Amino acid sequence: MTDRGLQQHSGAEAVMHGSADKRANEEAARVRRRYRSEARFKAYGIAAIVVAISMLILLVGSIISTGWSAFYQYEIALDVTFEGSEIDANNPRTANYNGFIKSALRSQFPDVSGRKEKRKLYGLVSNGADLQAMQVVVDEPVKIGKTVRIWVLASDDIDSLLKGYIDRDLPEEDRRVKDTELEWIDQLKSDGRIRWSMNTVFWKSGDSREPELAGFWGAIVGSFFTLLVTLALSFPVGVLAAIYLEEFAPKNRWTDFVEVNINNLAAVPSIVFGLLGLAVFLNFFGLPRSAPLVGGIVLSLMTLPTIIIASRAALKAVPPSIREAALGVGASKHQVVTHHVLPLAMPGILTGTIIGMAQALGETAPLLMIGMVAFIVNVPGGITDPSTVMPVQIYLWADSPERAFVARTSAGIMALLGFLVLMNALAVILRKRFERRW
Amino acid sequence: MQTTNDHIVRSFTDDLNDLSAKIGKMGGQAEAILVDSTQALIKRDADLGLQAIEADRRVDALDAEVEAAVVRILALRQPMAIDLRVIISALKIAQALERIADHSKNNAKRALVINRAPPMELVKSIVRLSEVAQNMLHGILGAYANNDADTAIHIRDRDEDLDLLYEGYFRECLTYMMEDSRSITSCTHLLFIAKNIERIGDHCTNIAENVYYAVTGDRLGSARPKADPLSAEQ
Amino acid sequence: MADGERFNMEAAEAKVLVRDVNVFYGEKQALFDIDLDIGRNQVTSLIGPSGCGKSTFLRCMNRMNDVIDGCRVEGSIKVDGDEVLDAGIDPVQLRRRVGMVFQKPNPFPKSIYDNVAYGPRIHGLVSSQDDLDELVQTSLERAALWEEVKDRLHQPGTGLSGGQQQRLCIARAVAVRPDVILMDEPCSALDPIATARVEELIEELKKAYSIVIVTHSMQQAARVSQRTAFFHLGVLVEVGVTEQIFTAPRDERTQGYITGRFG
Repeated sequence: MTDRGLQQHSGAEAVMHGSADKRANEEAARVRRRYRSEARFKAYGIAAIVVAISMLILLVGSIISTGWSAFYQYEIALDVTFEGSEIDANNPRTANYNGFIKSALRSQFPDVSGRKEKRKLYGLVSNGADLQAMQVVVDEPVKIGKTVRIWVLASDDIDSLLKGYIDRDLPEEDRRVKDTELEWIDQLKSDGRIRWSMNTVFWKSGDSREPELAGFWGAIVGSFFTLLVTLALSFPVGVLAAIYLEEFAPKNRWTDFVEVNINNLAAVPSIVFGLLGLAVFLNFFGLPRSAPLVGGIVLSLMTLPTIIIASRAALKAVPPSIREAALGVGASKHQVVTHHVLPLAMPGILTGTIIGMAQALGETAPLLMIGMVAFIVNVPGGITDPSTVMPVQIYLWADSPERAFVARTSAGIMALLGFLVLMNALAVILRKRFERRW
Repeated sequence: MQTTNDHIVRSFTDDLNDLSAKIGKMGGQAEAILVDSTQALIKRDADLGLQAIEADRRVDALDAEVEAAVVRILALRQPMAIDLRVIISALKIAQALERIADHSKNNAKRALVINRAPPMELVKSIVRLSEVAQNMLHGILGAYANNDADTAIHIRDRDEDLDLLYEGYFRECLTYMMEDSRSITSCTHLLFIAKNIERIGDHCTNIAENVYYAVTGDRLGSARPKADPLSAEQ
Repeated sequence: MADGERFNMEAAEAKVLVRDVNVFYGEKQALFDIDLDIGRNQVTSLIGPSGCGKSTFLRCMNRMNDVIDGCRVEGSIKVDGDEVLDAGIDPVQLRRRVGMVFQKPNPFPKSIYDNVAYGPRIHGLVSSQDDLDELVQTSLERAALWEEVKDRLHQPGTGLSGGQQQRLCIARAVAVRPDVILMDEPCSALDPIATARVEELIEELKKAYSIVIVTHSMQQAARVSQRTAFFHLGVLVEVGVTEQIFTAPRDERTQGYITGRFG
């Protein structure tokens, strides 16, 4: 058998031999062509990735370069005299601290006269300087009646000047900071009365008209409450809906219809959900305007399809052999799902949920419709308090004319991106940690 | 034995056909030895006798080949059902054919001895026995080649005739030996020859039973015709 | 084929009686008038080409087909005289009595101990932790796995080798004390040594259980079973003592299949 086979083979070879060279050349050419096209294909891919990464670097770079200066602030040292006669020791908050600040400034620059010049002088420090002075007294009442050197925030214009955003060489009329102010600042500098410190206001307080007093904390807390509502609503509803559709629902035209609509819902523009929230929750149910409660409800409508789709994919990824195994030992449908399928699908479901939440965290449009775009100074204390959220705060700051808000906007974006990266990292960790082999 | 329709693995069918070709070849050889040994006796032809003795070696070799082929197929193909039966039958049929050739060779050797003695009338009667055995052998080889279970049953039944003939021949020999004590040596040889032919008939019966089993999957019962008074007496 | 041949078993010997079973997937009929008896403490193997309905038939016996949309089963299947196909019978209870082992070893991604203990727990078969420990041990012993895993009961079952996983699945099926064990090609994913171990185990298990095994390996059917049923195109073509099926099948189709002439 084998001998015959070998003979046949060698016979065929002899026949082929005539055109063998030509054939070999064609073969080699074809191989070269294939290698070339593969190399080209690889190069396209690498080029696409390079473009994408450089765009990302550009974006992040520009945000960081404009935003980093918002994380520190300049302060001016003043020798404030807390007149014992003017402060009620039992109720130190009622005193006129603004007056103390002003007199401190006047004694610092005694030769300034005239209303206009004095107002400029007072404008060196932030409008919130009196609150800082008050805090000193509230913290240490022994300082009443004494002269204390305290550091107060510089006003936003001075801050910008010190950070180098205002060009000293411009003609005076084009400059927000006039020559006299420059003189005062230079003098303060030479006296060692100017320093910079970390910007704690940004992380501690709510919004403000004054850039140097405007903080992101209110927006962070607002976002937290909003997401809390979103999670509480969309996670259980989404997971239950996914479990029903995936494990229990019969496959018929009705469930097909539901499925198609859930997929469509995921594609609905978010502003539409905002309009829905405005019409239904605010106007019909009369829920409070600008509240995280309504924002959360609207966002959960928006995240629901994402969570349902991700959860269904996670459930579908659980191998049917596990279901069969459980059914085979006599587990009921419900036991199969709660004991086996759901625990195995949980990492996937949580990943999907976190991604949905991250989406909601970055969403602005629907919240504009339900009034979360209002100017809110107070840090919200609950889900019914008026508040704003991070992306809306960024939007608000981006709209503000003051020079110092440009940096705040970028700083806000950085904070928001930080949270998003954190959430996505959490999703990745969950996926890696609980990934099962079966 | 030709398989009717092909296996999906074609080489399996080839193996089986190879095996049955070997059996066929063996059968042909055994038949020839049987004929030659009888002719050697009747025609007092020593060459035919030697030829038969030589031919038996080839049958032995073929038997070894069949056995090797069967072992190979069992190991490599794990045959089932009809294939298994065909293969096991082939092994047993080859053995029977080998025995048949052996008996015939023994007859040829005895013919050489008898031929040295003066011719005897009694020798002629062997032809009738031998013819029945030849017919049986020829017929059963045909039945094997054609998967013919009915013919196989029919041939098995012919063993009865052979047994009766043998019984008759046995008495004839006894009469001869009583009449003429000088013929005892030759008669004893002739008696062994007749017994050998009777054994060949038995082997043909075995082959018939194996053919029947291979084709139908059933064993023929032990209700086998027994007309041999000697075996009955023992 | 005459009915007598199909029911060639004393009524007292039969553990499962199957009569006139027809199975439909939607409009398509998958099984036609199946009559078959499953012997008590016997291994019955179901053989036949792919798609002949043998797995479908197997899944009728513990109503695993209920899970499939559009699957309809008609006829009668009695396990120890209790009708399986009755709407009143709870499939969950039934599956405790009729256990199943699947083609691919499918241990739960839990510990070895939990894999075996899961069934007894959900069915409330044991009252104390000690009883459960004991049941897990006897089940693993029955599955000839105890010696290999007794030191790592709390390690994941998925960490075992394929053959061990399959024996773990058998232990899991045995732990709920079933009457009948259905095996759907239990060795198709195993190497020959692991297969031999499982076959040896089946030999052992048949003393206590009635076993039905679907297999694509005719050698395996021949090795482990006492009775063999051949399915073809949804029809039960022939059933008989395994030896007879593999040496002298009555039906041409059986012959053709087991000798490798079609399939």
